[in-house]
Order: sequence, then C-alpha cells, then structure tokens
Amino acid sequence: MISKDVVEKVAKLSRLDLDEAEITLYAEQLSQILDTMAGLQQIDTEGVAPLAHVLPIENVLREDEVGECFTQEKVLANAPEQSEGMFQVPKIV
Amino acid sequence: MTASRLTIHELHDLLIKKEISATELTKEHLERIQALDGEIKSYITVTDELAMQQAKSVDVKLAAGENIGLLAGIPMALKDNLCTEGIETTCASNMLRGFKPQYSATVVNKLQAEDFVMLGKVNMDEFAMGSTTENSAFFATKNPWNADCVPGGSSGGSAASVAADLAVYALGSDTGGSIRQPASFCGIVGMKPTYGAVSRFGLIAFASSLDQIGPLAKDVTDAALIMNVITGYDKKDSTSADYAYPDYTTALTGDVKGLRIGLPKEYLGEGIDPDVEAQVRAAAAKLEELGAHVEECSLPYTRHAMPAYYLIAPAEASSNLGRYDGVRYGLRVQSKDVVGMFCQTRKQGFGPEVKRRIMLGTYALSSGYYDAYYLKALKVRNLIKQDYDRAFDQYDCLIAPTAPTTALHKGQNQDPLALYKGDICTIPSNLAGIPAMSLPYGLDRNGMPVGVQLLGKAFAEPTLLQVAYALEQNTSLTRLKPNQGKGL
Repeated sequence: MISKDVVEKVAKLSRLDLDEAEITLYAEQLSQILDTMAGLQQIDTEGVAPLAHVLPIENVLREDEVGECFTQEKVLANAPEQSEGMFQVPKIV
Repeated sequence: MTASRLTIHELHDLLIKKEISATELTKEHLERIQALDGEIKSYITVTDELAMQQAKSVDVKLAAGENIGLLAGIPMALKDNLCTEGIETTCASNMLRGFKPQYSATVVNKLQAEDFVMLGKVNMDEFAMGSTTENSAFFATKNPWNADCVPGGSSGGSAASVAADLAVYALGSDTGGSIRQPASFCGIVGMKPTYGAVSRFGLIAFASSLDQIGPLAKDVTDAALIMNVITGYDKKDSTSADYAYPDYTTALTGDVKGLRIGLPKEYLGEGIDPDVEAQVRAAAAKLEELGAHVEECSLPYTRHAMPAYYLIAPAEASSNLGRYDGVRYGLRVQSKDVVGMFCQTRKQGFGPEVKRRIMLGTYALSSGYYDAYYLKALKVRNLIKQDYDRAFDQYDCLIAPTAPTTALHKGQNQDPLALYKGDICTIPSNLAGIPAMSLPYGLDRNGMPVGVQLLGKAFAEPTLLQVAYALEQNTSLTRLKPNQGKGL
C-alpha cells in the first residue's frame, strides 16, 4: 500500500506539483500496480545478472576535435525566455 | 482515383511507367486527408506545401530520365515523436506544443535522401505512453474499421493513416508494442526491428533501452523496402548496432519449407480472445501446410514480463522526461522561484498517464526501493531474454498473437492496470531486444482485424519477413481493407 505521504514525497522528487485529488488517485493506482509487481519477489534470481541493455555496449570515443555545431541563435531558438545569448530562468540565489 | 489504395512497390511501378506523377499521387492523398481526416483524426500537422514541393522535385527527376529510389515520391506520415527540422514536433503533449526542432531525426534524413514525400506528423499517445491513442493531449484518433473503436497505440495515428489510405506508409516507434499493436488493431503490417538496427537519434526518448523506430505498411514487401532505407549504423546513437544490414527484399522468397516454428503456449489460452487464438492457430496450420515444422513450445518467464516492463520503462521515462523543465524549450509556466517553475511547468505540461509513469518510475528508482523493484526487474529481464535464447536454439521463429484482443472500444479504458495487461504479448520482445512483426490475419466475429505476431532472434528480420511473405502469398487473409463506406 502506497500512502499519500509516499506519493507526496515521490511527486516532490519528480518535480510534479499534484493537487489533493491527484494524490488520492495516484496513491490508489500506484498501490494496485505495485501489488501486481509483488510476484517478481518470488522469482529466484540468485546468480542472474541485471540486464540493463540487450546489446554488448562499449563506450564510444572520438578524437577531441571541433566538429559542426549549432549557432548560438539556433540553440536558443526554442528558449521560452532568453537574455544576452543565454537561457533565462528565475533568480536562483 | 484509387492510387491511394496501392502499395509502395505498386506505386513505384506506376511512377516509373509515368502512369501517375508524384504530384498527382500527393495531391490525391492531401485531398483524402482534407475530406476524411476530420473524422479519423490521424494527423496533428499536415505539411501540404512541403509535400507538394517534394513531389515536384521527384517529377523533375523522372522527366529528366533520372533513376529514382523505391521510396521516392511516395507520400508517407511520421509519428509526431520523430524530430523534423523546423516542423512542429509535439509528442502529442502540451509540453511540446509549438516545438520546432533544430535538427531532423536520422531516419528522417535517410528518407529525405531517398526523395520521400512527407504528408505530415501523426497522432500518438502522449510521449508514446499508452495503447489507445486516447492519451493524446490534442484529440483521440478513430479506428478506420469502426469509428467506435480505438486504433491502438501509441502509434495510433501512424496505423490509422495507413489503414485509411491517408498515407502509403508511416513510421512509428515501439517501446512495448506501440507499432505492432496498432498495426494489429488497424489490419496492417507493423515491424519492430532489433534493438539498435534503426538509429534513435532524433526520436524523442521514452525508455531508451527499449525504444525502436519501425515501419507500418500495407504489405510485407513494403515493410522490407522501408527497412532497407531506415536500418544502419549511426554514430550519433551510442546504442546503434554496427552490423552488415542485408537487402531485406531477398528474404521475400515465398518458401518456408523446413523452417522450424515455435508456438509458445504462454501466449495462448487464458486472457487471449478465442477468435484471436483461432487465427494464430490457423496461420500456424497454414505454415505447416507450406512445409514448415510447427510445434508448441514454452517460454516460462513470459508472465513476469508485464511487471518487469512496467518498472523498467517508467524508470527510464522518469529520467528521460526530467529534461522538460521549462528552461530550454517547450512549455514554461512562470512561478516565483525556479523550483516552482519546474513543478508548475510539469504539472500543466504533462497529462495523467505521463505523470503516473513518472511517479511509478521515480518510486522504483528511489532509495529504499531500488533493489526490490528496479534491480529485481532487470534480473527478470535477463531471465526473459534467456527464455528466448533457448527457444531460438530450437526454432527459426515464433508465432503468437500480437495482442490479446482486437481493437478496444473508445472511452472504456480508464483502468491503467487493465491496459498494461493488454501489452503482455508485445513487451517481452522489447525487453529482450529481438525483432517482431505483426501481420494481419483474418477478422474476428465483429469483423475487426486480427494480428498474428512473428518473433525472431536478434537481426532475424529476414526470417520474419520470409514467413510473413509466405503467408501473404498463400492466403487472402493478410490483405485486409476496412469497409470504409461511401466516400472513403
């Protein structure tokens, strides 16, 4: 069972502002969903490696050379707000 | 005019013989979209001017006697999570309404190099999370076979546009069945390639270790032709597989003699609609008749795929969707401080299913729960992959339903858990990274199309195409058309 306190904590970690109705709904739905996942705990996974990726992945390296890149104007093209060639955000400190 | 009913390879022949021009073909599709998409609602954005320009340039090449590629001049649709430079790409989310990417996805550049014609961007469940296309923040798409049914999802706009002849083919993305299930619901062919076979560069990420772009097409040959263009190594995608990708059309022999085909019992029986099971068994019997050896087999960990997937995919999503913070692009909702801006932007920008999955994923990754949920799910993922590895020691391919049912009815899909259970036939292959395709195979008692799924080991797309093509050539059950009524 997921309590409303846990939902609020997870919402905070997720940077989601939830209203009271959403907190109640998600507490109920997440509890139901996680209940069905409890069966996983019964599976013997002793000695089984976690599989995060199906391909044999290797780090991709390249020479440290300047390649093609976007202009500052293009990088900022979708900025909700910008100032002096930078993304502008509310005052932080 | 009926050119819009034809396939890529049929239309290519007409273009070469100059029996139709790319401009006429494109115009016909744009007119159909104008006339019919108000009802079906598959397109979010129609790029009519661009499409006509692209078509004209193909006609110029044809007039000059130049050779054109097989996809040249063929009008198509792109799922709206594939970035198109300068063209709105929304993921069907209020978060990205108005977002015009600064670059195009690798698959889009590859199609561009083949002189494709892009009709527009099509609808989906928001951020590809869902299986009905009802989670689009903009509008729901209808199933062209029955307007009271959903087209499936998340690539519901891709499937509906192709089934209704509003595009000759489409690209979609498949994280847990999002190409195959809508293809099944709409009676067309859909393929999820091997993980790494198609570059994900420019595909807006949902769950990066599972996402894969693939074709939705009117027949098996078209699927092979599209695969020929979209597969390939891409240095811009660090998970791209460096592999000698074949010419997929060479697999279209029509011959399945001696192939070993497994029918996994965990994909049949309880929870599977009897009409769906009957068509899967009929397809298996047809393959046997054509000289393949079909036998029942077992993949014992199948039932654990759903819980494992719904921990892993939301965990990856909660991380990937962290980027939507109102700083660099997309929606920004002002607040007095920066954290308030993040929280308000995400509150207003994301719909309920996206929030639910972010919450679930954040929970599974949070300290105290990580080992019990996320890490456990990754170990079970390995067991599911080992199930397939063992099966493919014995079988060249597996045959199963694509979805437990045919198309669901609209507006009755409020219980998230019930919908997640609808993904049981498709998610195991995403977890294992193997290729799988859905082929239409007959109708259910209500006249709705059934999808049969073929699964193979990594890079065995040619085998899947070979089997699908043999079925297509030897029955009339695979080329299905909705009874679109007058005017359609």
